[in-house]
Amino acid sequence: MAIAFDSARPRRLLILPALFDEAHKLRQLTVAVMRMLDHAGIDSFLPDLPGCNESLQPLTRQDLARWRHAAQAAACHFAATHMLTIRAGAMLASGGLPGWRYAPTGGDAQLRTMLRAAQIGAREMGRDLSLAALQETGRTAGVALAGYSLGPRLFADLEEARLEQSHVLIDIPQEALGESGLWLRAEPDMSPTQARALADILIRGVAP
Amino acid sequence: MDQIRASSETPEDSAAGLPALRGTASDATLRRVLIDVLGVNADAVAAFTAETGLFGHLPELDSMAVATLLTEIEDRFHIVIDDDEVDGELLETYGALLAFIDEKSARG
Repeated sequence: MAIAFDSARPRRLLILPALFDEAHKLRQLTVAVMRMLDHAGIDSFLPDLPGCNESLQPLTRQDLARWRHAAQAAACHFAATHMLTIRAGAMLASGGLPGWRYAPTGGDAQLRTMLRAAQIGAREMGRDLSLAALQETGRTAGVALAGYSLGPRLFADLEEARLEQSHVLIDIPQEALGESGLWLRAEPDMSPTQARALADILIRGVAP
Repeated sequence: MDQIRASSETPEDSAAGLPALRGTASDATLRRVLIDVLGVNADAVAAFTAETGLFGHLPELDSMAVATLLTEIEDRFHIVIDDDEVDGELLETYGALLAFIDEKSARG
C-alpha cells in the first residue's frame, strides 16, 4: 500500500517514511508536505514498508535488507526521480536517486529509545528489567518494544545501523524547519509551518 | 555532504530568549525540551517549579515519551544517561531532573 499523488508528471518524489512510533508522529506532516508538492506540480509517493502500517506481511519477518529491497522496488515501480528519507528512513536509501534526508537518525538511536521505553514501562509495573536481558532476548528470539514486534534479524540490524554520511542525499536538519521536531511530541501533532518549510526546500530542489 | 543551512536561531537560543524562563542556561534548555515533548506552550512550562511532578503526574508522559525526553536531554546537554540512573526518583520532579543534569554536566 502507498499514499500517492500521481498525475504522471515528470518530477516524482519517493518518500521513505520514519519508522515505528516516529512514523505515526510524522505522518500528518508527511502527507501535508505531499499535498504541497502536488500543488507545486510534483508527484510524490509514500509506500508502507513491509510489515508496517497497512502491509499484510508480519513485522517479525522483516529486516533492513528486505526494507531496502522494498524501497528500491518502490523507486522503480513509481519511476521516482528524487527521494526524501525521513528520520531513520535514511537507513533504507540506496540506488543513487538524488534527494534529501530530513532529520536523519540511525537505527541504533531509535532502538535505544524503544529499549529505554520498555525498561521504564517495566519499572512502572514494578518489574526490574535489565537492558542487557532485553537486548539478549531481542537478538535471539526478537522482542516487542513500544508495541512493535521486532524479529531477531531486524533487532540485530537496527543495533548495527549507525547513521552514515550520504554522498548522494542532502541532509535537512530540523533547525531548517524553524521549530522542534514533531517526533519529540508525546502525542502526535502537526505544524503547518514546518510542512511549508520542508515542502519549500523540496520544491526548490526538485525544480529544474 | 552538503547541509541545508539552518536558521540562525537554535532551540537553545530561543529557549534562553523566552522572557518567562528565568534561571540558568540548563534550566532554560530543560524547559525547552519539555515544551517540545509535551507540546504545550512556553507559559505552561514556565510555571513549573522544582516541586512540579513529572512522570506519573503528567498524563502525556508515558514510558515512550519519557524515553524520548531522556534521549533528547542526552542530545542537547551532550551527556549520556546510564540505564541504572533512570529510576523513579530521577523523573519524579522537575527539580530532581534538573539537578541530575547539572551534576552530570559538571562531571563532564
